[in-house]
Amino acid sequence: MAYNCVVLVKQVPDTANITGQAMREDGTVNRAALPAIFNPEDLNALEMALQVREQHGGQVTVLTMGPPRAAEVLREALYRGGDRVILLSDRKFAGSDTLATSYALKCAIERIGDFDLVFCGRQAIDGDTAQVGPQVAEKLGLPQITYAESIQALQGSEIVVRRAFPLGSETVKCTLPCLLTVVGSANQPRPPSARLMMACKLAATPLEYPTLLERWPEFETEEALDAYLARRDQRIPVWSAADVKADENKLGLSGSPTKVLKIESVVLETSESKEIPPTPESVAALVQELVEDYVL
Amino acid sequence: MTREVWAFIEQENECVAPVSLELLSKARELADRLKGRVCGLLLGSGVTGLAEQAIHHGADRVLLADHPELALYRTLPYAKVITALVQERRPYIFLLGATPTGRDLAPRVASGIRAGLTADCTALQIGDFERGGETYPDLLYQIRPAFGGNIIATIVNPEMHPQMATVREGVMKQREPDSTRRGEIEMIEPGFDERDLALRVLKREMRAPTCDLKGASVIVAGGAGVGSRENFQLIRELAQALGGEVAASRAAVDAGFISHEHQVGQTGVTVRPRLYIACGISGAVQHRAGMDQSSKIVAINSDPDAPIFQVSHYKIVGDLNKVIPWMIRAYRADVAHLPTGESE
Repeated sequence: MAYNCVVLVKQVPDTANITGQAMREDGTVNRAALPAIFNPEDLNALEMALQVREQHGGQVTVLTMGPPRAAEVLREALYRGGDRVILLSDRKFAGSDTLATSYALKCAIERIGDFDLVFCGRQAIDGDTAQVGPQVAEKLGLPQITYAESIQALQGSEIVVRRAFPLGSETVKCTLPCLLTVVGSANQPRPPSARLMMACKLAATPLEYPTLLERWPEFETEEALDAYLARRDQRIPVWSAADVKADENKLGLSGSPTKVLKIESVVLETSESKEIPPTPESVAALVQELVEDYVL
Repeated sequence: MTREVWAFIEQENECVAPVSLELLSKARELADRLKGRVCGLLLGSGVTGLAEQAIHHGADRVLLADHPELALYRTLPYAKVITALVQERRPYIFLLGATPTGRDLAPRVASGIRAGLTADCTALQIGDFERGGETYPDLLYQIRPAFGGNIIATIVNPEMHPQMATVREGVMKQREPDSTRRGEIEMIEPGFDERDLALRVLKREMRAPTCDLKGASVIVAGGAGVGSRENFQLIRELAQALGGEVAASRAAVDAGFISHEHQVGQTGVTVRPRLYIACGISGAVQHRAGMDQSSKIVAINSDPDAPIFQVSHYKIVGDLNKVIPWMIRAYRADVAHLPTGESE
């Protein structure tokens, strides 16, 4: 029996690898200096879905909500084997908190329609909330299996999943359709395939046509480019709020109960720091000082 | 109307989990500030005995749902009971622990009642919020690190109440229980249908923690700079020599050098040891959030610009593979004047 999978992914700033170069002199982080990446656990979610397809058949549809630039992660999903990708993008989504985000995603998943399993990463590294998965599940009326580490069995309309916790694990059996949030220890996500990168190298959303026309002036008009990409199945669809029949009052700032009162940059305060030269003698002197000060 | 502050009570080894006692203490403080009441939510099977404990720790009332289907935590039955209670009684604030259970349950409930939810708060305060010429008094300031811990955001939820938040373990102070406190226990009779029971737990294996980072006075932590799982043995050796615990940054855990249990930082444990030795840890602020209260911090890193040096008291720019053995040798020479029996 084949299973159709929807994978929710997010493009995030790489907050996990902040090096000295991304730090400003005042100790705050220069966000612009951080590269945008495929949220790490979303790659694990995609990998899990691809393995379901390989074992059972079915289609893997990858959905992201974000600005036009988020098409980058959709191309990466195609290079890794996603069958179909969709960008959910609209200015009306701007400022959405997790509740408004999960509502928009729910509307898009309903438009996709035919699915058995929804996968997403446990959490995104920019917010670390882990809320969107369970909230999408609630809005779709699906059972949720958070912290999914492996699928132990998938047969008929039932799935057996092992969930991983910091201090233990749990094996659960659930009826389909359901939603899984996948942890980083689940698998080793496959790298992009050279073959698929070649096959999907033109893939683009209509939002990117103006830039593409500068690169390929021979197309002259967006229509010509669009027809060319459509013919080759390389057009990444962009869905707006209206396309997924979303109620505007539930989107963006107006659909978000939580408001940001203030943001403070964390400043790494330079403490009274003593430099110890990397020699056996100096290190020994430090250890002795710590012992004498009763720190050790 | 009296404003209620609710706290979800989790269980651990047939007791109220420490995080829930912390929540009850915080809920008590917030309710006193609001001249309101604290209500504990206790779900399970055969858990009536825990209600008194919640009252001793600050609850005025415990809503108790005791049912065989609630014996093990499962999202749908728990969310059903709690969603119905919240809809019916409209608490002002609803707090849950930012544990695997709390972080599974809270968003499910928040979505069902269309309330705002802030994850993993490290501080909660009461304050006013002004917007468009309107003042919302006595809101819950939900304070949390975001953006990998590089910013601290204060979030409010002015209108769509309850104001829901999950609260990080080990951050709120637990008050001493008062066994003379009296409170009310109200029984809830839940009912479930087939859809609520779509998921069954086949097996659950929980183990006791193998390390006690929170209570450790000396911690040796390794990061991505340690290089490999094998090389992490060096970190263990130093910890063992110093009589300390082993910890790690998220990068080291993600790289598979050591289990998540040892992770210090925003998504790990918050620690306050007497001495914290950071080896090969670059010092992303998310890591710092979990260790910057340490009394003394020694950092070893080959990158002189590593942010960790901005919070360390002692900075060693060098190769940890050399520095750590020097430290072990120096410590043994210094402290263990007794013969160790090793032929070093």
